[in-house]
Amino acid sequence: MRQWPALLTGLIFGAGLALSGMTNHEKVLGFLDLFGAWDPDLAFVMGGALVVTLGATPWISGWARPLLADAFRLPANQTIDRKLLLGGAIFGMGWGLWGYCPGPAIAALAYGYESTVVFCIAMITGMWLAGKTDLIVSRFER
Amino acid sequence: MDTLFSPIAGGILIGLASMGLLATLGRVAGISGIAWGALAGPDRDWRLLFLVGLVSGTALVHTVLDKPIPSAPNAPLLLAVIAGLMVGFGTRMGSGCTSGHGVCGIGRLSVRSLVATLTFMTAGLVTVFVVRHMLGGVS
Repeated sequence: MRQWPALLTGLIFGAGLALSGMTNHEKVLGFLDLFGAWDPDLAFVMGGALVVTLGATPWISGWARPLLADAFRLPANQTIDRKLLLGGAIFGMGWGLWGYCPGPAIAALAYGYESTVVFCIAMITGMWLAGKTDLIVSRFER
Repeated sequence: MDTLFSPIAGGILIGLASMGLLATLGRVAGISGIAWGALAGPDRDWRLLFLVGLVSGTALVHTVLDKPIPSAPNAPLLLAVIAGLMVGFGTRMGSGCTSGHGVCGIGRLSVRSLVATLTFMTAGLVTVFVVRHMLGGVS
Protein backbone atom coordinates (compact mmCIF):
# COMPACT_ATOMS: atom_id res chain seq x y z
CA MET A 1 0.00 0.00 0.00
CA ARG A 2 2.60 2.58 -1.01
CA GLN A 3 -0.13 4.88 -2.35
CA TRP A 4 -1.31 5.95 1.12
CA PRO A 5 0.24 9.45 0.88
CA ALA A 6 -2.40 10.22 -1.76
CA LEU A 7 -5.10 9.75 0.87
CA LEU A 8 -3.27 11.90 3.40
CA THR A 9 -2.39 14.72 0.98
CA GLY A 10 -5.94 14.64 -0.40
CA LEU A 11 -7.22 15.00 3.15
CA ILE A 12 -4.97 18.00 3.83
CA PHE A 13 -5.94 19.55 0.48
CA GLY A 14 -9.65 19.12 1.26
CA ALA A 15 -9.16 20.57 4.74
CA GLY A 16 -7.44 23.58 3.18
CA LEU A 17 -10.28 24.13 0.74
CA ALA A 18 -12.93 23.96 3.47
CA LEU A 19 -10.97 26.05 5.97
CA SER A 20 -10.34 28.78 3.41
CA GLY A 21 -14.02 28.89 2.43
CA MET A 22 -13.41 27.83 -1.16
CA THR A 23 -16.01 25.05 -0.90
CA ASN A 24 -18.56 27.87 -0.64
CA HIS A 25 -19.40 28.76 -4.23
CA GLU A 26 -20.86 32.12 -3.18
CA LYS A 27 -17.51 33.10 -1.74
CA VAL A 28 -15.71 32.19 -4.96
CA LEU A 29 -18.25 34.13 -7.02
CA GLY A 30 -17.67 37.03 -4.61
CA PHE A 31 -13.99 36.99 -5.55
CA LEU A 32 -14.78 36.95 -9.26
CA ASP A 33 -17.23 39.82 -8.76
CA LEU A 34 -14.63 42.56 -8.99
CA PHE A 35 -17.21 45.27 -9.52
CA GLY A 36 -19.64 44.14 -6.83
CA ALA A 37 -19.06 43.46 -3.13
CA TRP A 38 -15.57 42.10 -3.86
CA ASP A 39 -14.34 39.32 -1.57
CA PRO A 40 -10.51 39.18 -1.79
CA ASP A 41 -10.11 35.89 0.15
CA LEU A 42 -9.36 33.70 -2.86
CA ALA A 43 -6.30 35.85 -3.54
CA PHE A 44 -5.01 35.08 -0.01
CA VAL A 45 -5.69 31.38 -0.54
CA MET A 46 -3.74 31.39 -3.81
CA GLY A 47 -1.04 33.50 -2.18
CA GLY A 48 -0.68 31.15 0.79
CA ALA A 49 -0.53 28.11 -1.49
CA LEU A 50 1.94 29.74 -3.89
CA VAL A 51 4.35 30.78 -1.11
CA VAL A 52 4.65 27.07 -0.29
CA THR A 53 4.81 25.71 -3.85
CA LEU A 54 7.17 28.41 -5.16
CA GLY A 55 9.46 27.77 -2.21
CA ALA A 56 9.38 23.98 -2.11
CA THR A 57 9.05 22.90 -5.76
CA PRO A 58 12.64 23.78 -6.80
CA TRP A 59 13.96 21.95 -3.74
CA ILE A 60 11.87 18.79 -4.16
CA SER A 61 12.30 18.53 -7.91
CA GLY A 62 16.05 18.61 -7.33
CA TRP A 63 15.85 15.20 -5.62
CA ALA A 64 16.95 12.16 -7.60
CA ARG A 65 13.50 10.62 -7.08
CA PRO A 66 10.40 11.04 -4.92
CA LEU A 67 10.34 9.30 -1.54
CA LEU A 68 7.89 6.54 -2.49
CA ALA A 69 7.93 6.37 -6.30
CA ASP A 70 10.46 5.65 -9.02
CA ALA A 71 10.38 9.03 -10.75
CA PHE A 72 8.74 12.45 -10.82
CA ARG A 73 5.89 12.72 -13.31
CA LEU A 74 5.81 16.38 -14.24
CA PRO A 75 4.08 17.76 -17.33
CA ALA A 76 6.68 18.38 -20.03
CA ASN A 77 4.43 20.35 -22.35
CA GLN A 78 5.38 24.03 -22.47
CA THR A 79 3.55 25.11 -25.61
CA ILE A 80 1.02 27.88 -25.38
CA ASP A 81 -1.48 26.93 -28.05
CA ARG A 82 -5.11 27.41 -29.00
CA LYS A 83 -6.20 24.43 -26.92
CA LEU A 84 -4.70 25.89 -23.75
CA LEU A 85 -6.30 29.29 -24.28
CA LEU A 86 -9.68 28.07 -25.49
CA GLY A 87 -9.82 25.40 -22.77
CA GLY A 88 -8.90 27.96 -20.13
CA ALA A 89 -11.55 30.37 -21.41
CA ILE A 90 -14.31 27.73 -21.42
CA PHE A 91 -13.30 26.55 -17.95
CA GLY A 92 -13.25 30.14 -16.65
CA MET A 93 -16.73 30.80 -18.00
CA GLY A 94 -18.14 27.69 -16.33
CA TRP A 95 -16.31 28.66 -13.13
CA GLY A 96 -17.88 32.11 -13.24
CA LEU A 97 -21.35 30.69 -13.86
CA TRP A 98 -21.43 28.48 -10.78
CA GLY A 99 -18.41 29.26 -8.60
CA TYR A 100 -16.83 25.81 -8.54
CA CYS A 101 -13.59 24.67 -10.09
CA PRO A 102 -12.91 20.89 -9.94
CA GLY A 103 -11.30 20.74 -6.46
CA PRO A 104 -13.99 22.56 -4.49
CA ALA A 105 -16.73 20.84 -6.52
CA ILE A 106 -15.52 17.39 -5.47
CA ALA A 107 -14.70 18.47 -1.90
CA ALA A 108 -18.19 19.97 -1.54
CA LEU A 109 -19.71 16.54 -2.24
CA ALA A 110 -19.17 16.18 1.53
CA TYR A 111 -22.18 18.48 2.05
CA GLY A 112 -24.50 16.15 0.16
CA TYR A 113 -26.24 18.81 -1.94
CA GLU A 114 -28.03 17.58 -5.05
CA SER A 115 -26.75 20.43 -7.23
CA THR A 116 -23.13 19.56 -6.37
CA VAL A 117 -23.67 15.96 -7.44
CA VAL A 118 -25.24 17.22 -10.67
CA PHE A 119 -22.32 19.62 -11.21
CA CYS A 120 -19.75 16.84 -10.73
CA ILE A 121 -21.53 14.44 -13.09
CA ALA A 122 -21.76 17.21 -15.71
CA MET A 123 -18.07 18.00 -15.15
CA ILE A 124 -17.00 14.41 -15.78
CA THR A 125 -19.25 14.33 -18.86
CA GLY A 126 -17.58 17.52 -20.07
CA MET A 127 -14.16 15.92 -19.65
CA TRP A 128 -15.32 12.90 -21.63
CA LEU A 129 -16.71 15.19 -24.36
CA ALA A 130 -13.40 17.06 -24.54
CA GLY A 131 -11.64 13.78 -25.23
CA LYS A 132 -14.14 12.90 -27.99
CA THR A 133 -13.90 16.36 -29.53
CA ASP A 134 -10.13 16.18 -29.48
CA LEU A 135 -10.28 12.90 -31.42
CA ILE A 136 -12.57 14.42 -34.05
CA VAL A 137 -10.50 17.60 -34.40
CA SER A 138 -7.22 15.71 -34.72
CA ARG A 139 -8.79 13.50 -37.40
CA PHE A 140 -9.63 16.59 -39.44
CA GLU A 141 -6.25 18.17 -38.92
CA ARG A 142 -4.38 15.09 -40.06
CA MET B 1 -7.49 38.84 12.06
CA ASP B 2 -9.72 35.81 11.93
CA THR B 3 -10.93 36.87 8.50
CA LEU B 4 -7.39 36.72 7.14
CA PHE B 5 -6.30 33.64 9.08
CA SER B 6 -8.66 31.14 7.44
CA PRO B 7 -7.85 31.91 3.80
CA ILE B 8 -4.10 32.13 4.37
CA ALA B 9 -3.94 29.02 6.57
CA GLY B 10 -6.18 27.16 4.11
CA GLY B 11 -3.95 28.23 1.23
CA ILE B 12 -0.84 27.04 3.07
CA LEU B 13 -2.51 23.65 3.69
CA ILE B 14 -3.31 23.40 -0.04
CA GLY B 15 0.33 24.21 -0.86
CA LEU B 16 1.65 21.70 1.69
CA ALA B 17 -0.67 18.98 0.38
CA SER B 18 0.51 19.62 -3.18
CA MET B 19 4.15 19.47 -2.10
CA GLY B 20 3.49 16.35 -0.04
CA LEU B 21 2.10 14.58 -3.10
CA LEU B 22 5.08 15.70 -5.19
CA ALA B 23 7.60 14.65 -2.55
CA THR B 24 6.11 11.21 -1.92
CA LEU B 25 4.56 9.99 -5.17
CA GLY B 26 6.17 12.48 -7.55
CA ARG B 27 2.82 13.62 -8.86
CA VAL B 28 1.21 16.99 -9.56
CA ALA B 29 -1.87 17.76 -7.46
CA GLY B 30 -4.00 18.86 -10.39
CA ILE B 31 -7.52 17.93 -9.41
CA SER B 32 -9.15 17.99 -12.84
CA GLY B 33 -6.53 15.52 -14.08
CA ILE B 34 -6.82 13.43 -10.92
CA ALA B 35 -10.64 13.31 -11.25
CA TRP B 36 -10.54 12.20 -14.88
CA GLY B 37 -7.70 9.75 -14.27
CA ALA B 38 -9.52 8.23 -11.29
CA LEU B 39 -12.26 7.13 -13.70
CA ALA B 40 -10.43 6.60 -16.97
CA GLY B 41 -7.02 5.53 -15.68
CA PRO B 42 -4.17 4.83 -15.82
CA ASP B 43 -3.00 4.56 -12.19
CA ARG B 44 -6.47 4.88 -10.75
CA ASP B 45 -5.61 3.82 -7.20
CA TRP B 46 -3.71 6.85 -5.91
CA ARG B 47 -6.11 9.19 -7.67
CA LEU B 48 -9.16 7.60 -6.06
CA LEU B 49 -7.45 7.73 -2.68
CA PHE B 50 -6.69 11.43 -3.17
CA LEU B 51 -10.32 12.20 -4.01
CA VAL B 52 -11.59 10.22 -1.02
CA GLY B 53 -9.18 12.26 1.08
CA LEU B 54 -10.40 15.50 -0.47
CA VAL B 55 -14.02 14.87 0.52
CA SER B 56 -13.02 13.52 3.96
CA GLY B 57 -10.76 16.50 4.65
CA THR B 58 -13.62 18.88 3.97
CA ALA B 59 -15.99 16.90 6.19
CA LEU B 60 -13.32 16.78 8.90
CA VAL B 61 -12.85 20.57 9.01
CA HIS B 62 -16.55 21.18 9.52
CA THR B 63 -16.78 18.48 12.17
CA VAL B 64 -13.63 19.25 14.17
CA LEU B 65 -13.53 23.04 13.85
CA ASP B 66 -17.27 23.49 14.09
CA LYS B 67 -17.14 25.58 10.92
CA PRO B 68 -20.65 26.17 9.54
CA ILE B 69 -21.44 24.26 6.35
CA PRO B 70 -22.04 26.54 3.34
CA SER B 71 -25.70 26.78 2.42
CA ALA B 72 -27.00 24.91 -0.61
CA PRO B 73 -26.64 26.67 -3.97
CA ASN B 74 -30.05 28.03 -4.96
CA ALA B 75 -29.42 28.74 -8.65
CA PRO B 76 -31.34 26.59 -11.16
CA LEU B 77 -30.06 23.02 -11.60
CA LEU B 78 -29.77 23.57 -15.34
CA LEU B 79 -27.07 26.12 -14.61
CA ALA B 80 -25.13 23.50 -12.62
CA VAL B 81 -25.31 21.21 -15.67
CA ILE B 82 -24.11 23.90 -18.09
CA ALA B 83 -21.38 25.18 -15.76
CA GLY B 84 -20.23 21.66 -14.89
CA LEU B 85 -20.01 20.69 -18.57
CA MET B 86 -17.94 23.78 -19.31
CA VAL B 87 -15.62 23.29 -16.33
CA GLY B 88 -15.03 19.65 -17.30
CA PHE B 89 -14.62 20.34 -21.02
CA GLY B 90 -12.38 23.36 -20.48
CA THR B 91 -10.10 21.82 -17.86
CA ARG B 92 -9.45 18.73 -19.97
CA MET B 93 -8.94 20.74 -23.15
CA GLY B 94 -6.64 23.17 -21.34
CA SER B 95 -4.89 20.39 -19.38
CA GLY B 96 -5.59 21.73 -15.91
CA CYS B 97 -7.48 23.84 -13.44
CA THR B 98 -6.89 26.14 -10.49
CA SER B 99 -4.82 23.54 -8.65
CA GLY B 100 -2.80 22.03 -11.51
CA HIS B 101 -2.06 25.27 -13.36
CA GLY B 102 -2.68 27.87 -10.66
CA VAL B 103 -1.01 26.33 -7.61
CA CYS B 104 1.37 23.63 -8.90
CA GLY B 105 2.17 24.98 -12.37
CA ILE B 106 2.96 28.52 -11.30
CA GLY B 107 4.80 26.96 -8.34
CA ARG B 108 7.25 25.37 -10.74
CA LEU B 109 7.47 28.55 -12.80
CA SER B 110 5.68 27.17 -15.86
CA VAL B 111 4.83 30.00 -18.24
CA ARG B 112 2.21 27.77 -19.84
CA SER B 113 0.45 27.41 -16.50
CA LEU B 114 0.69 31.13 -15.77
CA VAL B 115 -0.94 31.89 -19.13
CA ALA B 116 -3.66 29.29 -18.47
CA THR B 117 -4.33 30.75 -15.01
CA LEU B 118 -4.59 34.30 -16.32
CA THR B 119 -6.93 33.05 -19.06
CA PHE B 120 -9.42 31.28 -16.79
CA MET B 121 -9.25 34.01 -14.14
CA THR B 122 -10.08 36.63 -16.76
CA ALA B 123 -12.86 34.49 -18.24
CA GLY B 124 -14.29 33.98 -14.74
CA LEU B 125 -14.21 37.69 -13.92
CA VAL B 126 -15.81 38.64 -17.22
CA THR B 127 -18.50 35.98 -16.85
CA VAL B 128 -19.47 37.13 -13.36
CA PHE B 129 -19.48 40.73 -14.56
CA VAL B 130 -21.79 39.89 -17.45
CA VAL B 131 -24.11 37.70 -15.36
CA ARG B 132 -24.35 40.00 -12.33
CA HIS B 133 -23.99 43.48 -13.75
CA MET B 134 -25.32 43.21 -17.29
CA LEU B 135 -27.93 40.45 -17.03
CA GLY B 136 -28.96 41.18 -13.45
CA GLY B 137 -27.97 37.85 -11.87
CA VAL B 138 -29.32 34.32 -12.09
CA SER B 139 -30.50 33.56 -8.58
